[in-house]
Amino acid sequence: MSPVLAGVLQLLALMAALALAHRPLGDHMARVYGSKRHLRAEKWIYKAIGADPDTEMRWPAYLRGVLAFSVTGVLFLYLLQRLQGTLPGSLGFRSIDPDQAFNTAVSFVANTNWQSYSGEQAMGHVVQTGGLAVQNFVSAAVGMAVAVALVRGFARSRTGGLGNFWADLVRGVVRVLLPISVLGALVLVACGALQNFSGIHEVGQFGGGSQQWNGGAVGSQEVIKLLGTNGGGYFNANSAHPFENPTPLSNLFEVFLILLIPFALPRTFGRLTGSLRQGRAILATMVTIWAGFTALMMWTEFHHGGPAFDLAGGAMEGKETRFGIAGSAIFAVATTLTSTGAVNSFHSSYTGFGGGLEMLGMQLGEIAPGGTGSGLYGMLVMAVIAVFIAGLMVGRTPEYLGKKIGTREIKLAACYLLVTPALVLSLTALSTALPTPRESMLNSGPHGFSEILYAFTSGANNNGSAFGGLSADTTWFNTTIGLAMLLGRFLPMVFVLALAGSLAEQRPVPKTAGTLRTEKPLFTGLLVGTIMIITGLTYFPALALGPLAEGLAS
Amino acid sequence: MNNSVANTARLLGAGARALLVLTLLCGVLYPLAVTGAAQALLSDKANGSEVRADGATAGSSLIGRRHDLPPRAGQETAEPDLRWFQPRPSNGLGANTVNRQYDLLVSGATNLAGDSEELIEQVKAAKAAVIADNSTPGHRVRPSDIPADAVTSSGSGLDPHISPAYADLQTRRVAARNHLAAGEVERLVEEHTDGRTLGFIGEPRVNVLELNIALKQLVARGGEK
Repeated sequence: MSPVLAGVLQLLALMAALALAHRPLGDHMARVYGSKRHLRAEKWIYKAIGADPDTEMRWPAYLRGVLAFSVTGVLFLYLLQRLQGTLPGSLGFRSIDPDQAFNTAVSFVANTNWQSYSGEQAMGHVVQTGGLAVQNFVSAAVGMAVAVALVRGFARSRTGGLGNFWADLVRGVVRVLLPISVLGALVLVACGALQNFSGIHEVGQFGGGSQQWNGGAVGSQEVIKLLGTNGGGYFNANSAHPFENPTPLSNLFEVFLILLIPFALPRTFGRLTGSLRQGRAILATMVTIWAGFTALMMWTEFHHGGPAFDLAGGAMEGKETRFGIAGSAIFAVATTLTSTGAVNSFHSSYTGFGGGLEMLGMQLGEIAPGGTGSGLYGMLVMAVIAVFIAGLMVGRTPEYLGKKIGTREIKLAACYLLVTPALVLSLTALSTALPTPRESMLNSGPHGFSEILYAFTSGANNNGSAFGGLSADTTWFNTTIGLAMLLGRFLPMVFVLALAGSLAEQRPVPKTAGTLRTEKPLFTGLLVGTIMIITGLTYFPALALGPLAEGLAS
Repeated sequence: MNNSVANTARLLGAGARALLVLTLLCGVLYPLAVTGAAQALLSDKANGSEVRADGATAGSSLIGRRHDLPPRAGQETAEPDLRWFQPRPSNGLGANTVNRQYDLLVSGATNLAGDSEELIEQVKAAKAAVIADNSTPGHRVRPSDIPADAVTSSGSGLDPHISPAYADLQTRRVAARNHLAAGEVERLVEEHTDGRTLGFIGEPRVNVLELNIALKQLVARGGEK
């Protein structure tokens, strides 16, 4: 069997698995977020928090809950790292410097997991398992909560209430993320992922001498890092490390985990708004873009343009033998089209066009299928824009799911769209214009520019993957990427929740013959087109200077 | 004003308590439960998939390692011990420091781009080395025979595998250095080649450490005879 055919079969197997899983999981999440009942364990948690889970929150209250929880998360993680040197269970690692601790704290709370440190050389058990892995759970649950709040905005009418943030947060963790994680962690350990609490120890090795080994709760952290589309690796090599991703089977399973919740949420959306067909149109849009990107990525990587790859006879630099080109390409697309940012192969060593696809995937706003929660709300904002454009074409007041898209809604959607490009482009420009940040580049020319563009694209879109050549552990990059992650995560949430609030207050408009049928393939086509055009117009000049220049030269 | 400060404090308090409870759940109970189950059911895998040879630990079947000659004094990079099958290059981290390559406490890739002069030089050097090391009297390795994995560094820098093509390319040399018949070593490689999982997942590959352990046993027996 040729590697290309094997790759196509892997992709088909993945699609089949996701097709089987998305319905039951989507329906389950709809029940979880729609239910009035509380589990006993949840009641204990609400009591400890001191919150009444049945209070309906208007959008400002919901937003305050999100922000208060996230602020305390950043503070806690910052302190944990700053005190690492004095905490037990830290494997003797020292405390993290302030700028890096700030960057890492923001990074994990913002569901980005950009890492300017090497896990195995900097973080002990307490910070990894008790700090970073916890944010992997809760930052994903916050994303899902905000998405569900927006869906309620569409589903409800003449009310200000969007649900209760604490209830949504706790249910996401307890009823969705934890059960899947327990099962998934055991699958990964069965493949060979580490799961222990040993320290650094010497192990005898073949031919004499010894090898230093480290331990850790790797499997349990790996699964939530993917399921929650977080991406922060236990080790520096992330999911390329054999102790994180031991076999070809674990590799395919990890891609499945990345895509599982994002592809199931449109079903939840369909259930909660009472129209499964609307959910399917959103899902179709996501699948179209994802499958197209994967096909393009496989093509460019198998084709291996680039002088070094031509000389080597294949683009295997930065890729593992057990995954090969196909297993790496499928992973790379899944991780950049969601907000994951885990890598099983190193993006900087992809072909010029391959690197461009990775960047473009993030620049789409990570909506196909996107991060846990953030993918769905990002896609729904795009749907609002697409409906608006269609409305302009025929001269009708646009509406989506029976809600009028008026001035206020469009302003909020437009603000949402502007946040990340503004952050990415201005910070990239600043970093290339100033003299010192440029010294962090490993490669020169277009690829060097790509390293910086990639870093801010990844940060502001909360992806967290890197063109690893950039030495990002400098005060400049730790601070600016930290700000990009913070603003790129929470400003859009402000606009999404405000939009949700404004939609929830409306009374539904009755459907007429002139209503745009947003559940039809025509709308899916319009939505795909809108996404590609808006992203293309925004980023084309920047992409032309980096990956396109590199790709065309080879 | 006082009211809003009090409200903010109350909210932050709720946030902190929520974080604390969820940390207990996701950061303490969950990893302990998974570790307990993993250690009870899958302790071999959970502790690093050790490979044993001659009654002692020989390494992990998941982690690649170098098979080098002991470095001489003042030597920057260790030389490969050509009696053994050699892994892929590992230029990502710890290049040029003796014994840092394939060190478990350092993982990572070169991150060099396809048009990087440095990567082109590395590939050229690796190609030349593969040809020099593996050409035996009467058989010269052609550059077109060398697979991509033999001259590129992996993502982790700890890749335990090489492609079957790279293993085949090394058999003549390994047989000659160990005074074995080439056919015996070829058979050994064949036995240690893993196909794709279920026929289509992943790529065919050879685990270098396991192959070398089997080779050592074969040498100890003095060949099949």
